[in-house]
Amino acid sequence: MANKPQLSIYWAASCGGCEIAILNLHERLLDLDAAFDLVFCPCLLDTKKKDIEALPDRSIALTLVNGALRTGENREMARLLRRKSQLLIGFGACAHQGGIPALANLDPAGPLPAIYLEGPTTPNPARTLPLPETTVPEGTLQLPPFLGRVAPLAEEVAVDYFIPGCPPEPEQVWKALDPVIQGKPLPPLGSALGAGRSAVCAECGRRKREKKISRFHRTWEIVPDPEQCLLDQGLVCMGPATRDGCGALCPQVSMPCTGCYGPPEGVADQGAAMVAALGSILDIGPITGLSPEEIAARIDEVLGSLPDAAGTFYKYSLAGSLLKGRLP
Amino acid sequence: MTRLTIDPITRLEGHGRIEIFLGEHGEVANAYFQVPELRGFERFCVGRHAEEMPVITSRICGVCPEAHHLASVKALDELFGVEPPPAAKKIRELLYMAFFVTDHTTHFYALGGPDFILGPDAPPSERNILGVIRKLGAEAGKKVIACRSRNHRVIQMLGGRAVHPSAGLPGGWSKPVSEEERREIEAIARQNVDFALFSLAAFDDLVLKNPAHLALVTSDIYLHRTYSMGTVDGENRLNLYDGMIRVVAPEGGETLKYHPREYADHLAEHVEPWTYLKFPYLRKIGWKGLVDGSGSGVYVASPLSRLNVAAAMATPRAQEHFERLYETFGCRTTGAGREPVHHRLATHWARLIELLYAAERMLALATDPEITSPEVRRMPETIRGVGIGSVEAPRGTLTHHYETDDRGILTRVNLIVGTTNNHAAIAMSIKRAAEKFITGGTVVEEGMLNRIEMAFRLYDPCLSCATHSLPGAMPLEVRIRDRQGEVVRTLRRDGTG
Repeated sequence: MANKPQLSIYWAASCGGCEIAILNLHERLLDLDAAFDLVFCPCLLDTKKKDIEALPDRSIALTLVNGALRTGENREMARLLRRKSQLLIGFGACAHQGGIPALANLDPAGPLPAIYLEGPTTPNPARTLPLPETTVPEGTLQLPPFLGRVAPLAEEVAVDYFIPGCPPEPEQVWKALDPVIQGKPLPPLGSALGAGRSAVCAECGRRKREKKISRFHRTWEIVPDPEQCLLDQGLVCMGPATRDGCGALCPQVSMPCTGCYGPPEGVADQGAAMVAALGSILDIGPITGLSPEEIAARIDEVLGSLPDAAGTFYKYSLAGSLLKGRLP
Repeated sequence: MTRLTIDPITRLEGHGRIEIFLGEHGEVANAYFQVPELRGFERFCVGRHAEEMPVITSRICGVCPEAHHLASVKALDELFGVEPPPAAKKIRELLYMAFFVTDHTTHFYALGGPDFILGPDAPPSERNILGVIRKLGAEAGKKVIACRSRNHRVIQMLGGRAVHPSAGLPGGWSKPVSEEERREIEAIARQNVDFALFSLAAFDDLVLKNPAHLALVTSDIYLHRTYSMGTVDGENRLNLYDGMIRVVAPEGGETLKYHPREYADHLAEHVEPWTYLKFPYLRKIGWKGLVDGSGSGVYVASPLSRLNVAAAMATPRAQEHFERLYETFGCRTTGAGREPVHHRLATHWARLIELLYAAERMLALATDPEITSPEVRRMPETIRGVGIGSVEAPRGTLTHHYETDDRGILTRVNLIVGTTNNHAAIAMSIKRAAEKFITGGTVVEEGMLNRIEMAFRLYDPCLSCATHSLPGAMPLEVRIRDRQGEVVRTLRRDGTG
């Protein structure tokens, strides 16, 4: 036991789906158990932060961190685990680029009044809001302040590799971990593991015909042809702006890719990449003889068929985007 | 006043916390269960396309994304005023039954079950999934892994992805089921029925036939006489995917029965300044604080409460075990109805009965000729602007309420999730356990810690859902302070140990 390399798994601001993805290694969990001595995993083990603090620096062979950074605790644990680990991998979309919780960055006002005062099931006649400190008959109770901004893991610590996906597909998780277990050479630091280097379109079986589209369709507006490219049919499929690796699972069930594997290799900003991809296929019709105002109106009409561009293009990558969630 | 703090590993933001105050004579004066985090999904979903909600709200919880996906898609059916074809509803329910099998399995073997299978006083280092496998044998461990594996395969086959499915649409489902898939799912459902019976037999051997464990289950440690909530079909039988919400009084008898879209007429949420999590209660009965009885609006929504509101189970084998549970607790049936079980540790037993129901129901759906119909979508023609949908999540009734503008852009979102329903009851159970195990200032150390943990573990609380921030396991630390506030002793444990 003592000779096995040590593994730690930590969740920051996450939903637990990354843990389920690890559990979904199924029979290979036994291989993982054989290869590593799991020293830290708040959902399964009793080891404490102070036990980790007591370890020599760089004594943990591999740490997987999932979830975005939202609280002081998240940031502190990220720094501690970085110091104690030889290899630190950002696991899943939230650690990589903030994930869906980072959509909260679109709402700088914070959620308190809406949730506690305006809900249809919250009469709240006394207009009570959660407070940092409350005096009760027996003493005083504290609550940590609500921290609105969500950040990716790499904002706090150096991340050696990341495994993208919301959550990463178990087959890919194994492909990422196996070379580590076998001691095989790893790709250059900063690379994605357990994913491809291209876009989801590269692994999608749908037929692409480079059709031009004159408007977008929402998913409830059309029944897509089962063989044809979804984007060709006007559905905003994030495939061209999303890293491959999942096996194009959503298009296989006739639903557009929503972008959970983040931007493809070499692309910094997933939303910008999607806008570029759409720019080449949108057709606003003949514009000869039209005034600039008329052309602008035509463009607005096309964009009007996709009212929530930010939530569509940056669903999983807002915190890691060039905009850092500060959208106009 | 002496204060005990039960706090997670790091004692910082982001985890559940229990504060226990002791009075002059060392008795428990009060206990507060604080949830110190909130992710604000209800706020940041405003502005999104409504049809994205099954995908977005799945990320509230990676443990039960299927529940959010389906409550969401049912809210969308209403929002767009479109009734899905029968096959689409059956495919949704089929996926949901596969999910219930895997989720209840995970809870019984990895989270709640270790307390029973190994005993509440087993060493913490043993009281986990690996300890369970050692106790039941490697064969049982393989069965658990195989059960999770085959049901996640079904979820992926039907929903596109094994975690965070993507196939739900207003008016139906994006993909029909092929005959080949149906045959495979049928075989898996049959294995699930066997597995559920195996699990119930294990519970029988280890708990019901063990006088010490049975005494704990039937003792009054975790007894609260509250209202019970659940979803029932047209014959008042348990249904997990669809039906009417039924509420039964603490002494038995129907108090309320309503369509989920009327939830706001019947439920309200109380706000306290010392926790981010709200306390739902029955609106007409009112918020009377953390007290039980028929005069208090506190209710429970859990596997046990679902059985309490059900007249019967819709599947034959689950019905046999259902009858046995109520016989064991000596519940009588009067003119008003059957007496509910209020011994909260029986929730673990109820969960296994639901596991069997889900397996049997899955088999019925997988052998329904309509399940392979290609008619899986109806197209919306209007945007009605309001949609409310609910399902029974493993941890209680889950309600999604959306309002949109005429483009289908969300303007308002309200969610009452499974665990939140039980917030008041969880707080009450924790206080009750603290009172039992701290008397005259004497603290039953390890036993108390675990029994307080058992008080919330029996609800299978998913604070990830409830606060939209945390996975379900809750690390604990008890700090015992003298009257000057100095820490004199520390007890602690992390995770679900």
